[in-house]
Amino acid sequence: MSEDLTAQAPILRATQVTKSFGGFTAVDGVDFTLGQRERVGLIGPNGSGKSTFVNSLTGVIRIDHGSIEFNGTDITKLPSWRRARLGIARSFQIPRPFKNQTVIENIEIPLMFAVGHHNPDQIEAKAEAILAQIGLSGRRNDSPKNLTQVDLRKLELGRALAAEPRVLIADESMAGLSDPEVDEILEVLFKLSADGISIVLIEHIMRAVVRFSQRIVVLVAGKKIADGEPREVMSHPEVERAYLGQ
Amino acid sequence: MNATNPTAPILVTISGRRVRRYLIPATASVLIALLGFALLDWISFEYAYIATYTILQYVVLATAWNILGGYAGYVNFGVAGFFALGVYTSVFNYKTLQLPLPVVIIIAGFIAGVVGLGMGYLTLRLRGVFFSIATLAFAIVLNTVFNNWHFVGGARGVSVLRPDAPEFFGTYPRYLFGVMFALAIAAVLIARAVEYSWLGRGLASIRDDEVAAECSGIPALRLKLIAATISGGLIGMAGAPFPFFITYVDPASAFNLTIAVNTVAMPVIGGLTSWIGPVIGAILLGALQQITTVTISSALSLMLVGVLLVTFVALAPRGIIGVVKSLRGPAA
Repeated sequence: MSEDLTAQAPILRATQVTKSFGGFTAVDGVDFTLGQRERVGLIGPNGSGKSTFVNSLTGVIRIDHGSIEFNGTDITKLPSWRRARLGIARSFQIPRPFKNQTVIENIEIPLMFAVGHHNPDQIEAKAEAILAQIGLSGRRNDSPKNLTQVDLRKLELGRALAAEPRVLIADESMAGLSDPEVDEILEVLFKLSADGISIVLIEHIMRAVVRFSQRIVVLVAGKKIADGEPREVMSHPEVERAYLGQ
Repeated sequence: MNATNPTAPILVTISGRRVRRYLIPATASVLIALLGFALLDWISFEYAYIATYTILQYVVLATAWNILGGYAGYVNFGVAGFFALGVYTSVFNYKTLQLPLPVVIIIAGFIAGVVGLGMGYLTLRLRGVFFSIATLAFAIVLNTVFNNWHFVGGARGVSVLRPDAPEFFGTYPRYLFGVMFALAIAAVLIARAVEYSWLGRGLASIRDDEVAAECSGIPALRLKLIAATISGGLIGMAGAPFPFFITYVDPASAFNLTIAVNTVAMPVIGGLTSWIGPVIGAILLGALQQITTVTISSALSLMLVGVLLVTFVALAPRGIIGVVKSLRGPAA
């Protein structure tokens, strides 16, 4: 399945991406592809460079070497807002809502700026539809300060979804959630995938990663050590040794 | 039926929004202006115009500063620099072309706006305290320039003679009052329009979380530059009538510490996130200062600002507006 997806022109391709902070190389020559409508899990122990790699893909940080292509276009030097407008959206490891705006206003921002809607009524209607999709309609006018952890995670996903992305990068969207809450988030992600969005899931909860991903990429100490179908990757001796501590 | 004119309900709603957001405040502003004139004419003593001019000047300055400092959360300590640009544009005009004051105000706004854009381009990649220090440095650089520019008075200063006031106003203080009233209304309407526009929504998101804002498609630097241009331009416009108000300009008066401190303190005390906060802060604090200056001393009036500023930062960081909102409860 994943071979078929990557056989098409990938929607996102990173080549030899390298990023150092002072003398520490956080990401070291990583190659990565994401096929059209593909679901890829990106895993690795703490400090393996996952977040730095995601920040590189989304333009939050500039890479030192390598290149990033989106749908065949070189986006290596584009700022994050331009990448968001092209169709790369992300959620954050620690939720970063616009805390002085209501839940629906949070959703409206990408609709206005990433998608470029101008009509206030159209923006509101679309934001309400997204809230319904992620199950936050009842919290429409709440402040993000009053949301539970799972609702904050949903708001992160909703805001990313509002950018009408072709690629969604979900950075530890399930961290700190209970099993039923993890299932809730997975359900949302599966829905988005069914809508045709290619998804990169960065996660520590292996149950969720294996269930969700068609392909898994493993980073350790900034380097890619495995890339393949979930079962194959999880039984890879180097992954077991480096990631699972066996 | 709907298919024949599907946009009709939307147009009605937009027009309703526009009326609510622009026409009503504009009409209210004109009515307040007329009422103000009538009231002061009835009071009919010159000091009332001078005191009100000062308060209105603070309304313009606080409102203008808040567009970058409050809406976007970028604290600009270079207020004195922008104000002085307006002051010295006016002095330069006085010594050369002698264009009418309204024209000079527009030119001063343009110059200060362009300088705001330039300063923003150089400094708005910095965040937090680093940005604030850079803006302070900008004011110091301008202070040095004007201290050494002898044509506009240099360190010794220059006297400015007031021309005749337009007949309608009678005296020059009344004319200055009228000009500053118009500027205050314009500044408040602009700030209000910015707050409710896409620009205001973008700036509010930048204030909350700039990285998340950029990842939501907001071109943060571009929006901050627009805010810096508008803010700088309006502050410069407020400075242009100042030479005719004090009639003697030197760097100490153009880069006045009281003006710089008040401009930052008033929005903080009134509330930073809305257009009304700086207006409330400026009117309240400006009036208190006028009363204290006349009844006790001008030194005490600045101390009053300091005490209030510390009190609000410590106890009510969201300002008077924040206090009112929390008293009205979550539904407000």
